[in-house]
Amino acid sequence: MKTVQLLMLAVCLLCATSSPAVLAKEKLVVTGSSTVAPLVSEIARAYEARHPGARIDVQTGGSSRGIADARAGLADIGMVSRALKPDEADLLAATIARDGIAVILHANNPVQRLSDTQIAQIYTGAIRNWKDVGGRTAPITVIHKAEGRSTLELFLAYFKLAAERIKPSVVIGDNQQGIKTLAGNPDGIAYVSIGSAEVEAEAGTPIKLLPLAGIAPTTASVKDGRFPLSRPLNLVTRGTPTGLGKAFIDFARSKAVHHLVLEQAFVPVD
Amino acid sequence: MSPSTRDRLATPLLATAAVVATAVLLLIVAFLLRESQPALEAVGLARFAFDPSWHPAAAAEAGHFNLMPMVAGSLLAALGAVLIAAPLGLLCAVFCADYAPRPLASTFRAVLHLLAGVPSVVYGLWGLVVLVPMIRALAPPGPSLLAASLILALMILPTVAVLADAALAAVPRELRQAAAALGLSRGRTVWSVVVPTARGGIAGGVLLAGGRAIGETLAVLMVCGNVVQVPDSVFDPVRTLTANIALEMAYATGDHRAALFVSGLALAAVVSLLVWAAQGLERSAAHA
Repeated sequence: MKTVQLLMLAVCLLCATSSPAVLAKEKLVVTGSSTVAPLVSEIARAYEARHPGARIDVQTGGSSRGIADARAGLADIGMVSRALKPDEADLLAATIARDGIAVILHANNPVQRLSDTQIAQIYTGAIRNWKDVGGRTAPITVIHKAEGRSTLELFLAYFKLAAERIKPSVVIGDNQQGIKTLAGNPDGIAYVSIGSAEVEAEAGTPIKLLPLAGIAPTTASVKDGRFPLSRPLNLVTRGTPTGLGKAFIDFARSKAVHHLVLEQAFVPVD
Repeated sequence: MSPSTRDRLATPLLATAAVVATAVLLLIVAFLLRESQPALEAVGLARFAFDPSWHPAAAAEAGHFNLMPMVAGSLLAALGAVLIAAPLGLLCAVFCADYAPRPLASTFRAVLHLLAGVPSVVYGLWGLVVLVPMIRALAPPGPSLLAASLILALMILPTVAVLADAALAAVPRELRQAAAALGLSRGRTVWSVVVPTARGGIAGGVLLAGGRAIGETLAVLMVCGNVVQVPDSVFDPVRTLTANIALEMAYATGDHRAALFVSGLALAAVVSLLVWAAQGLERSAAHA
């Protein structure tokens, strides 16, 4: 008697666990970069509204997860906030927007510009006080990102720094934590995505975006590629996408979603 | 159903519950071991203690995997929290058990239970926007070992107070009556008779609270600064084992990911030692 019930339970459980595979025709799993995820969530909502029956599940976890999940087949599409590396040539990337990384200071900091060399020296601890770059006499709080973040990789690559050489005062996780930490610290310096920084600055958060190599960090300078510290936001797939995956990527690259890209303070690609 | 049948049914049911609970714990340890296996093999145990730094994003050969600054960070933050919360919690408990009039005592107990229920992210947010700027005014950068210890102290204070209160309440009435019969003052009774008698329960509570402080993640992550270093002063930022896992897990692959499971293993070991010590204390006090 008991055995029969147990068997039935086991069968039910098996059915329950295998049902996602049956539904997979209409369901798309997208995982990866926390920079790309808010945009893709919006695009997914628009897509679902146009195609009832399609379910698009968007999860964050960083570009590394996007790569790993797309490779392992855990996700149909990975979100990656950088260009693919040579050892990732097994994946296909479709750029849906561009983003730039801005170096930000507190709005009350009198320093108006920093050269690339100065920024590199601040992050490696060669310059430790704002008075050495024309500011107040106050120790610099160097706000840095945790290992593995794509913002960090892009920042290090641009300034040609090795991760080991950075001397941070504070290590943060995502863009928002960085902006909040800086807003509470007039002597801080941080780097975050231009999209997040512009939105926060307009909303009245006391931060300012520094020009790099004389070019202002604006969506316009990111769009035409003049701003040096910028990156593509990619959807990556293992092999050529088909079915719902292809339809969704085509939709995400179409003019129909440009307003969503702009709302997220990213820059549409044509 | 007769009482004896009920007992016969109860034994296997209760035993199953116990087995399930134990099995879950064993499965978690087995899972941690399995997931950290690649790092333990490729990196080796020694390098987790002797590498020059923590830069695990490059694979096993090129990366650095020293976990010790984070073990130190976890222990120091929790130790600081216990040093602040233990005396305060004990004073709260003594107030509740022996000084406060009954209505005030029960209200105060309710407040303590309420405090214990505040989600850690709320403490963390308060720490980030209020406490950290205050510490920054004293000694920059602000996010620091001190901030982490203060936030943790606030979080474990109710645990210490509630458990110490229970331990004081368990002291036999006769002891208090005998002390009163000897003409001892209330203060003398509390500090020379009641608290020493309850010391096992109090110490056990403090150690359990310490375990909770070591395991806390989110609030600490928001205020400790997360720089991987052994701090020179309480104003230096530190990173705890828990914050390390939470900060990097979402972005980690390969050996980096496995190394984070080694952090988890280290954390489990530290907490187990604490729980074991807490049980030892309670047992020795029970025999005393």
